[in-house]
Amino acid sequence: MTEPVQIGGGAPAVSLRGITRRFEGGVLTLENLNLSVQAGEFLAILGPSGCGKSTLLRLVAGLDHPNSGEVHVGSREMPSRGGIAYVFQDPHLMPWRNVIDNVALPLELRGESKSRRRESAKAAIEKVGLADASRRYPNQLSGGMKMRVSLARALVTEPELLLMDEPFGSLDELTRQMLDEQLYALWQERRMTVLFVTHTVHEAVFLSSRAIVMSRRPGRIVLNHQSDLPEMRGAWIRTEPVFMQECRVLYKALEWGSA
Amino acid sequence: MRKSWQVIWPPLVTFVLLHILWEEIVRRLGVPAWKVPAPSDIFRAAVDRWGDLLTATAHTSTAALLGFGLSVLVGLIVGIALSSMKWIERAFYPFTVFLQTVPLVAIAPLLVLWLGYGLASVTVSAFIVSLFPVIANTLAGMRSVDPGLRDLFRLYGAGPIRTLFRLKLPAALPNVFTGLRIASGLAVIGAVVGEFVAGTFDQQGLGLLVQSASRNLQTPLVFAAVAAASLLGLALFAIVNFSGYWMLRRWHASART
Repeated sequence: MTEPVQIGGGAPAVSLRGITRRFEGGVLTLENLNLSVQAGEFLAILGPSGCGKSTLLRLVAGLDHPNSGEVHVGSREMPSRGGIAYVFQDPHLMPWRNVIDNVALPLELRGESKSRRRESAKAAIEKVGLADASRRYPNQLSGGMKMRVSLARALVTEPELLLMDEPFGSLDELTRQMLDEQLYALWQERRMTVLFVTHTVHEAVFLSSRAIVMSRRPGRIVLNHQSDLPEMRGAWIRTEPVFMQECRVLYKALEWGSA
Repeated sequence: MRKSWQVIWPPLVTFVLLHILWEEIVRRLGVPAWKVPAPSDIFRAAVDRWGDLLTATAHTSTAALLGFGLSVLVGLIVGIALSSMKWIERAFYPFTVFLQTVPLVAIAPLLVLWLGYGLASVTVSAFIVSLFPVIANTLAGMRSVDPGLRDLFRLYGAGPIRTLFRLKLPAALPNVFTGLRIASGLAVIGAVVGEFVAGTFDQQGLGLLVQSASRNLQTPLVFAAVAAASLLGLALFAIVNFSGYWMLRRWHASART
């Protein structure tokens, strides 16, 4: 047993070592990728489309397996894969269930009692601001509301590790900014580890405590950047000079990685 | 209320007009009733032989309903089994297509050989013709499950039984009902054709009534029996359609008008 590579102090919540993923047909998506994430970090993952960001998340979730290399999830603070939640690009709700039953799904699959499920689901729905819509069906919700339901479903298990794959990518700018602000507040309150894939620099800067930028396929990490923004953030921070400065750093790395 | 009336009256007017036209043509040309009866002849025959028609319809609907019920049961089980493993589907699905191409009239004598004359053979005949659409549509529905939800079930460690009942079956329901709608009409046809070959006179169904009436040149009664068979198919279709609407009304586009 060798110790996983660490950046900074404390035990890593997620560590990837020498990950290579080649898909059928020979497409090399990730090549010898190393990444270590500390418990409680909010890590934004940026990169051009097709660079293997989603693959990276699927590997961490155990939904996909590398051709070579090792994926470790868990630490003293976060013992196993049981504490993982995943938010996909699209809401992926069950159209035959109303909001509350959609949100309760993870608890149901874990075999928790009905009353516990209801209670936790209600709390999660309130957290994302959908209390009034809990009896509605997905086809009666707007795109932003559906994404909130998807977020509530991820939060209902109180996950230690939250994997998010461009969750707000299909929403309009204003809705996205609002959801970013709510997500950041939730993270400040709960301090779970978050891996957040996005293709939007502003979103990455606003949310993350650290950002990595990946190159074109096969994806490699071209920048590993600790955020200079203060912990206290709100809508106001988007117009501060330090925010612009952060954006510039990431844009440059993106440009360099896409070249 | 007004809306349903708007749906009902145009076909009703068409129906009445067509029958007036039919009546007029038959009367003017003096076509004999044993060749083409006028609507009034058919109506009279239906009233005169009301009892026979009713018991025949009852016998046919028993066989059709039993055959349809078997199709639902077997079709769902086979559809689920086929979708559960890729190799099972590859090995067996091509053979289920035979069900669709099998000439029922040709194998009905075999059914008589194995099961004898009567209800059992007629039921199996209804079952064979109505089975394939249930299998094919169940399979299509189970294949169309949202891959994101499948991942989610995997992530939360759901086993195959839970995944089947909480995800695959509900997701397949709209397709399953498409299959049931097709199967309901086919079951009645299968029963009537089955009766041609395997029916018995002590349990005379519509198929046999059509046969004996046409042999005796009671053509108006043939038309009345055919109309009864069509109405039976329509009724079964309506029941299936309404149950589908009831179960899907909250979430599926097919149940919204």
